[in-house]
Amino acid sequence: MTGRIVHIASNTFREAVRDRVLYNLIAFALLMSGAAILVGQISIEIERLVVINLGLTAVSLFGTVIAIFIGIGLVSKEIERRTLYTVLSRPVRRWEFIVGKFFGLAGTLVVNAFFMAIGVFGALLYVSRHFQRADSWVLVALYFIILEFLIITALALLFSSFSSPLLSAVFAFALFVIGSFAEDLRGFAAMTHGLMRWLATGAAYLVPNFSALNVISSVAHQQAVSRELILYNTAYALIYATMALCGAVLIFEHRNLK
Amino acid sequence: MTAIEILGLEKTYSVGFWRKKPKCALKPLHLRVEEGEIFGFLGPNGAGKTTTLKLLMGLVFPTAGSARILGMEVDDPRMKAQIGFLPEQPYFYDYLTARELLNYYGQLSGVASKERAHKIDEVLQRVGLPEVGGVQLRKFSKGMLQRVGIAQAILHDPKLVFFDEPMSGLDPMGRREVRDLMEQLKQEGKTVFFSTHILSDAEALCDRVAIIHKGELRGVGAVADLTSSVHGKVEIVWQGTTVPSSLRALGAECHVTGDTVRAVLSEANQDSAIEALRRERLRLISVIPVRTSLEDYFVQKLQPSEAVAGVRS
Repeated sequence: MTGRIVHIASNTFREAVRDRVLYNLIAFALLMSGAAILVGQISIEIERLVVINLGLTAVSLFGTVIAIFIGIGLVSKEIERRTLYTVLSRPVRRWEFIVGKFFGLAGTLVVNAFFMAIGVFGALLYVSRHFQRADSWVLVALYFIILEFLIITALALLFSSFSSPLLSAVFAFALFVIGSFAEDLRGFAAMTHGLMRWLATGAAYLVPNFSALNVISSVAHQQAVSRELILYNTAYALIYATMALCGAVLIFEHRNLK
Repeated sequence: MTAIEILGLEKTYSVGFWRKKPKCALKPLHLRVEEGEIFGFLGPNGAGKTTTLKLLMGLVFPTAGSARILGMEVDDPRMKAQIGFLPEQPYFYDYLTARELLNYYGQLSGVASKERAHKIDEVLQRVGLPEVGGVQLRKFSKGMLQRVGIAQAILHDPKLVFFDEPMSGLDPMGRREVRDLMEQLKQEGKTVFFSTHILSDAEALCDRVAIIHKGELRGVGAVADLTSSVHGKVEIVWQGTTVPSSLRALGAECHVTGDTVRAVLSEANQDSAIEALRRERLRLISVIPVRTSLEDYFVQKLQPSEAVAGVRS
C-alpha cells in the first residue's frame, strides 16, 4: 500500500520536474529575488524588509500558481488522456492514487520552495552582508507557506476529482483569494446579526484561513512568531488538507471513468 | 475453471443537461469465459465492447449485475495483480521513456525490483521494441504506442489479459506479430479476452466469440461451430477464363478472376459440374463445401443495413 503511494508520488514529482512550465516558474522566482536585491539597494535602511517581503511573497505566489495549475490537472488530465485506465487496472486502490498524487505535488512544491528559499536567503545575505538572529523567523514564514501549499494542493485535487480543469482553476483560485481575507470575513461575520451572521460565520470558517498562515510582514519587521501559532497553524493546515483530501477520495471512489 | 463470469452486468448512463435522460450502454449481460481460451468480443463501433471492459476493470460501476474474474470481485487488488489490460487507443505518460513507463507499471503491479529490469528487456523484445526503451514516449508513433500498451499489459506475467482493439493502429506486419503473440500467450496457458470489430482477426485467433450489438449480446459460441454449418452448396474452382454453358444450365454463379473461374452451385449438381469441366478439358483446382464464415454469422446476428457499416474484414 505505502509502496504504491510512494511510486505514484514519485511519478507525479517526475512529471512536474520534467514539465518546462515548472522550470520557467523557478527561473522567474529567481528573477524576482534579483529584483528584490535591486529594490533593496535603492531602499535606504529597509533593504531587509523589502527583500523578505518581496522574496517570501514571490515564494508564496509562485508556489500557489504551481499548486493550482498542476493540482487541477492531476486527476482530470489522467482521465482525459486515459492514462488512469492502465493504473487503476492494476492493484491500485483509487484512494491510493489520490493520496499518491497529493504527496507527489506536495513534494514538488516543497523542493521548489526550498530552492526559492535559497534565493531569498542569498538575497538577504547580499543586502545585509550577514545573517541576524531574527532571520530565523523567515524559516517559520516559509514553513507556513508550505502549509498553505498543502491546503491549496488538497483543494485543487478535490476540485480536479469532479470538475474540468478550467472550473477547478476558477474554484481553487477563488478560494485562495477569499481565504487570504478570511480574517476580514470573520470580522464581517461578527458585525452582522441573525441569519446573515450564521451564514457569514459558516462561510468564514469553511474557507481556508490563509491570512493566519501569512506572517511575512511581521517576520520582515523582525517580530517573533509564537509557538502557539506554529502549533495551531500546523494542526489547522493538516486537518484542513486531510478533510479536502478525504472529500477528493470520496468523490473519486464513486466516479465513473467514462 | 472459469476465468471470467459475468452475471447480468448492466450499465445505463444519465445524459442530457439535467442528466435525466437514461442511455443504456449495456443491457443485462451473461457471459462465461473459461481459462486458457482466446475469447473474442465482437461488435460494431459503439456496440458496448469498451463499456463491458471498463466494467470488468472497475473503471465504471454497473447499474446492476456483477462479475467475477479469476473467482474474485472486480475491485479486488489480488485479482488485479493477475490480470493485464490494454485500453483502446492507449495514451501513456509521454514524458517517460518506454523503459521508465514499464518500470513504473512494474512497481504498481508488485514486480520485484530484482526481476523488473530483466522482465522489461524481455517484454520490449517480445513486442518488437528492443531498441527504443530509452526513447521518450512523445516520440513514438501510434503503432509503437500500441506495442508499448501490449508490453505493459503482459509485463507482470498475468494469468488473464484483456485487450481492447489490440490491432488498432498497427500495420499488417504489426497485426501479424500481435496475433502470434496472442497465440503464444494461449500456449503459455493464459486466457486472452479481446474486443475487436475486425472479424478476420477473430476468426483466425479465437476459440470462442461473443457478438454484441447496441449493448445486447446477440450470440456466443465456438468459432469452429459457428463456421461449420454447410448450406448444401459447393465452390468449384478451375483454371481458365471461360464458363461452359452446361455449368450455367446447372444454375452456377460464376466469377472469372484472372485465369481462374470460381463457381458456386448446389451440392446436388456437383458431379454433373465436374463431369462438364472434364469434357471441356479444363483443369480443376478445388471443390470445397461452402461454409458459414464468421462474417456471415456476424451479419446474421446484426440487421443487414447496420452490419454493412460496422464490419471491416
